[in-house]
Amino acid sequence: MEFAFTEEQEMIRDTAAAFLAEVSGSEAIRQVMATEQGYDPALWQRICGEMYWQAIHIPEAYGGMGLGYVEVVAMMEQMGKHLLCSPFFSTVCLASNALLVAGTEEQKSLWLGKLCESGLTATVAFNGGSSSWNADAITATWKRSGDDFVLNGNYRYVVDGHTSELLIVAAREQGSTAEDGISLFLLPAATAGVTSEWLPTMDQARKQASVDLSSVTVGAEALMGEAGRGWSQLAKVLDLAAIALAAEQVGGCQQLLDMTVEYTSERVQFNRTIASFQAVKHKAADMMLQTEVARSGIYYAACVAQEALFGGELAVELPEAASIAKSYCSDAYFAIAGDSMQLFGGVGFTWEYDVHLYFKRAKSSEQMLGGGSVHRERIAVALLDEGVVS
Amino acid sequence: MKLSFSAQDEQFRTEVAGWLNSNLTGEFEKLKFRGGPGDEHTYPEERKAWEKKLAEGGWTCVGWPAEHGGRACSIEQQVIFFEEYARAGAPGRVGHIGEGLTGPTLIAFGSEAQKEKYLPGIVSGEELWCQGYSEPGAGSDLANVKTKARFDEDRGQWILNGQKVWTSLAHEADYCFVIARTDPDSVAHKGLGFFLIKMDQPGVEIRPIEQITGTSEFNEVFFDEAECDAQDIVGAPGDGWKVAMGLLGFERGVSTLGQQMQFQNELDEVVALAKTNGAARDPIIRQRIARAHAELKIMRYNSMRMLSGQSGSDGSLQKEALIYKLFWATWHRGLGELAMDVMGPECEILDDGPYELNRLQSMYLFVRSDTIYGGTNQIQRNIIAERGLGMPKEPRVTAK
Repeated sequence: MEFAFTEEQEMIRDTAAAFLAEVSGSEAIRQVMATEQGYDPALWQRICGEMYWQAIHIPEAYGGMGLGYVEVVAMMEQMGKHLLCSPFFSTVCLASNALLVAGTEEQKSLWLGKLCESGLTATVAFNGGSSSWNADAITATWKRSGDDFVLNGNYRYVVDGHTSELLIVAAREQGSTAEDGISLFLLPAATAGVTSEWLPTMDQARKQASVDLSSVTVGAEALMGEAGRGWSQLAKVLDLAAIALAAEQVGGCQQLLDMTVEYTSERVQFNRTIASFQAVKHKAADMMLQTEVARSGIYYAACVAQEALFGGELAVELPEAASIAKSYCSDAYFAIAGDSMQLFGGVGFTWEYDVHLYFKRAKSSEQMLGGGSVHRERIAVALLDEGVVS
Repeated sequence: MKLSFSAQDEQFRTEVAGWLNSNLTGEFEKLKFRGGPGDEHTYPEERKAWEKKLAEGGWTCVGWPAEHGGRACSIEQQVIFFEEYARAGAPGRVGHIGEGLTGPTLIAFGSEAQKEKYLPGIVSGEELWCQGYSEPGAGSDLANVKTKARFDEDRGQWILNGQKVWTSLAHEADYCFVIARTDPDSVAHKGLGFFLIKMDQPGVEIRPIEQITGTSEFNEVFFDEAECDAQDIVGAPGDGWKVAMGLLGFERGVSTLGQQMQFQNELDEVVALAKTNGAARDPIIRQRIARAHAELKIMRYNSMRMLSGQSGSDGSLQKEALIYKLFWATWHRGLGELAMDVMGPECEILDDGPYELNRLQSMYLFVRSDTIYGGTNQIQRNIIAERGLGMPKEPRVTAK
């Protein structure tokens, strides 16, 4: 048992931190978040060409670096800390995972190869506009037409959906309900009948889009896995993504804590730094507690995710580990962001200071893929709904 | 980063579980799940016998070095031992203060003579210890101890006068370690000594404190010209604070994993009750149970992280370990409240008069002390802010 980063993992984390400190400062974030595209293509090319982050956990057989999910989590933590505006989450944590989990050999070779090679951007669309984030959220439909499939419907909350070059969409067989009839399809953004539209968001540093499918007709090569049996695979992808998102939240928690300690240690009122008041110290202490607890949650979840993707006995714990991490980290991030804004006082309410960027990210990442109560209910179902006397 | 135990460690787990399974039987059967915090008053004689049974099997002081009579278990094996111990429902240890606090302190700071005199009795489970830290005027402000120790040249003895409070197991203990002022003119951290006192002597009086549970595991201990041999001061006069603080580091060690297994037993009882009495259908209760479950799981990961990063034979831990007490104490207090809300109106009805609490009721009341003893939540937050985050220390007001 060695529940700590290896030296190599520490090096990857530290390299990422140094790079992000250079390229994702306050000014850079603000510049790019004001655009509809939401990321700097030159920076993304640098990330893909020099750092090779898009390939981090993709096996070498598909052209990747062959590292693991612990590394992905370590990177996401740093990206959350530096609020990097990039298609990393959508491409690596959603789409690559979907290909790894559900793709056929041909699909993996083709698309993971492109992704590693060229910095292709991709995302996953499944939610038709529900706050449940489970199978019921899938409203788009598919039906067979000869050897082809015809897809109709729409999606909301699609991360980077308006800029992604490849869409992986979930749809259900017409007439099916709940977890039945669900399939995943690969759709290049240029496919006829696919339209994506930017949705302006309160958190400008992460872009969302709506995607509309209007009689989109695709061949069997677009289908991932077996028709109608895609839910368990999608569920796994969403759990993996939730863990990555939770890691990003931990990075945000740490940044807010650091910023708050620094600011309150400089701000003088009543002839002393406000950091010397217990009312301030005790809030900061609670922020540190939540940050460290959240971090323990995501490191564990990262180990589970690693085995869920690449084999190991912890794999069965994936849904629980994801829900534990996502529920705790979502609540912690928002609580810390609120407390941080309070401790910054008036300046924390200004557009100029960065607190609001994190405050807004805390809420957007809390809601994305299900907030605390959604994930706690998932835990409750597993814990309480067997053998209940009704 | 990996979380699995080695095959060798898993074999050790089987060995521990097997030993407990075949020995926690017969006269010891009734001790299962008894004697933990809040239940310390039950079966004292049987639990003392259990200590000796453990010692016979070589299961006391598992983390101590072999040269001092320990089993020299690795951190992983200690984790496994404490987990299996709690999983089996083995009783609260009456020897835990000697094993967890006195022993490691003497190994780190004691003289050869002290080690020779006291360690074997702890390993054999025959000599029990209690802790003389808090006083009526020295709670959160522990350095404000007033108990005095003066050296009597003629008798060759230290003579102690004063009062300690919140001393658990004092009435069962053979010895007490005490911090007392060796320099009567000193204040705060300076001028303290760390003494090893024999309890069975005319100068020591013990009075139980009746708690909100109606039971007494805490005591007041009065020293009235109590004697302590010249060689039974640990370190030099004036070193008491250093030794006392070193000891507090040992309090946050691996036994926390066993404590969590006990928490798991309690949470399991709450979950089982919620499923049978219908509370599991209440959406708010569902959220609270799920939260308790999630946070207990993370508590374990937190400990594993803490132990993987543990450094220093003096018990020092990385700064993330500072959060541990505040986290578990607050969680456990919340579990008590949740347990009563799951019980509903039945939470008021006792097993028997005049004041026979069941396990969850007793837990609910006793956990109110968790956020107070061993450093209150408020003191913990000061420590986290000052040592963990480098924020300014509390201004000291000097007494007029």
